[in-house]
Amino acid sequence: MWDYTEEVLDHYRNPRNVGKIDDADAVGEAGSLACGDALKIYLKIKDGVVVDAKFQTFGCGSAVASSSMMTEMIIGKPVEEVKKLTNKDIADALGGLPPEKMHCSVMGHEALEDALKNYYNDEITFSDINSDSASKVVCTCFNVTEKQIIDAIRDNNLKTVEDVTNYTKAGGACGRCKGTIQNIIDTYLNKEDSQKAEKPKLSSAQKIIKINKVIENQIAPELQKDGGDIELVDIDENKVYVKLHGRCSQCRNSVLTLKAFVEQTLKDAIDKDIEVINIEQ
Amino acid sequence: MNNKIIYLDNNATTKVDKKVVEAMMPYFEQEYANPSSMYDFSKKASKIIKDSREIMKDFFNAKTSNEIIFTSCGSESANMAIRGLLETEKNKKHIITTKVEHPCVLNVFKYYEKQGYKVDYIGVNSNGELDLAELQEKVSEDTALVAAMWANNETGVIFPIEKISEIVKSKNPDTKLFVDAVQVAGKINIDVQSADIDMLSVSGHKFHAPKGIGALYVKSGTLLNPLIIGGHQERGKRAGTENVPYIAGIAEAAKLAKDGLDYEAKEVKRLRDKLETNLVKNICNAKLNTSIANRVPNTTNIGFEYIEGELILLHLSDIGICASSGSACTSGSLEPSHVLRAMGTPFTALHGSIRFSLSRFTTEDEIDYVIEKMPPIIEKLNGISPYQDEINALKNMK
Repeated sequence: MWDYTEEVLDHYRNPRNVGKIDDADAVGEAGSLACGDALKIYLKIKDGVVVDAKFQTFGCGSAVASSSMMTEMIIGKPVEEVKKLTNKDIADALGGLPPEKMHCSVMGHEALEDALKNYYNDEITFSDINSDSASKVVCTCFNVTEKQIIDAIRDNNLKTVEDVTNYTKAGGACGRCKGTIQNIIDTYLNKEDSQKAEKPKLSSAQKIIKINKVIENQIAPELQKDGGDIELVDIDENKVYVKLHGRCSQCRNSVLTLKAFVEQTLKDAIDKDIEVINIEQ
Repeated sequence: MNNKIIYLDNNATTKVDKKVVEAMMPYFEQEYANPSSMYDFSKKASKIIKDSREIMKDFFNAKTSNEIIFTSCGSESANMAIRGLLETEKNKKHIITTKVEHPCVLNVFKYYEKQGYKVDYIGVNSNGELDLAELQEKVSEDTALVAAMWANNETGVIFPIEKISEIVKSKNPDTKLFVDAVQVAGKINIDVQSADIDMLSVSGHKFHAPKGIGALYVKSGTLLNPLIIGGHQERGKRAGTENVPYIAGIAEAAKLAKDGLDYEAKEVKRLRDKLETNLVKNICNAKLNTSIANRVPNTTNIGFEYIEGELILLHLSDIGICASSGSACTSGSLEPSHVLRAMGTPFTALHGSIRFSLSRFTTEDEIDYVIEKMPPIIEKLNGISPYQDEINALKNMK
């Protein structure tokens, strides 16, 4: 049984501001059904002030309490002030959360950030982290980005991988990204040995799944933009056999495209020894 | 807050039966002698162990009482069976279990996998039923052990142990079969001879004995190395002075359980069926996770789609109802139930899965109370969910 504070109990039993604002000025989302918690937040903003906020949460008691508390904390506040709110502020207002549940407050904060980002149509609202690494997904199980991890480290003064898992869920399922999380912590804390930690070794099955994912999510969309496409034919250890379709197959530069883009993307994401082979049609 | 407790989590642990407590009481303050001692004063202590072993023999329908070893719990029994056997079968390096075992089996297999054993984990279908064809295919010359649970703790689904035994033995008569019977003890009849089982474990506190006592059946002729090395107790297979009152307790509980099997099969099942039928009928986003699979009479596992399990449990707890969930949030592990994931239960229902497990102490009033109180709770929680369109679609379907 979790040791929830009276505030948490009160807010999950009687959540405030539940629902939807049909003519919301900003809507933000965080989490997903697959991950076991998801949150939607709706904001009404007038003259730079949050005049109303509502939420809908799929999640545990502390997720509902965090969402509910957050809406109470931002209603009536100027947006400039709301921007400064951190997940720690939400957790503190609830009198604290069990360490394993801190990610619930982080999720609340992420949804708020997403709403404000949509409102301003602005890439980065809250943090000064460069945007290249921001959207890189570190934990594929829970879809946690590098930026989310760095935000959590900074706002909560986190020191270990376990802390990061408690606050963001990253690394909490298969655990493959724990090495990467350690790297992020080391880099953030300016440790000298940050370069030494190696990428965790993947089993063949894991590698095949990952190659598939990278092709599907990163490579194919890029090629499709240029009217082409890529089909994964086979994987044998580090050899990845693919077929190029559409414009790519007639393009003289296709070999170059393969070598320079597909291979490099797979090397960066998975293994530096990967070799891509194009099967002639 | 309400003081009423409606305990529907009997697969986690059970209330100790008053008669069990009575059977244990003499061995604390009066007959406290060490059963191994030489004076007359130890006679009653040593006799109750002998009698208890006989009762456990009958409970399992074992051939002789020498096949019964008393342990401290189900996990110890499972560890002793698996590790004790593999210690004596060092030339065979292949072992088989299922994807849905209790951690006390699954994690032991993972340990051996790390030690270099080849391990096959047999899957289940969406109703939680074991893939017998896969099992048949995997058993080989090199297979030292197959471990399969008799019934699953989360879903109550019964595995066809006689059939499993037949498959294993026909492919390799030397392969040993260990059965984790923790969730069937007191719910359905156990017969180690007709099912041809080599080793079988039970845990007292799942059938109204106290926590801290378990038993392991080991068929005569099956060699096991002891986990706990020391004195001669349990015929050298498990050292440590016998836990006399608790051994008296588990035997009394086994006796009551055997007598109560009819009641389980009829009355407990009737109440379970009443509960699940009404919940699934009256709640738009409730669905049975196991479908019509053959189950122990006391268990039901229901998925409440688009809402989260811990939140449901907290609200149930507020009105005194105790149940459990396969949701990630209840464990702190961040991962939802490995059993429901192995069944391929969709994410929509996975995180909102609730297990109700009844016992012979469950009353009709209690079941009626849950049937009455649960729909409005779920209705309220549905209102918080971001998946309003999906929930409304389910509402229109029912």
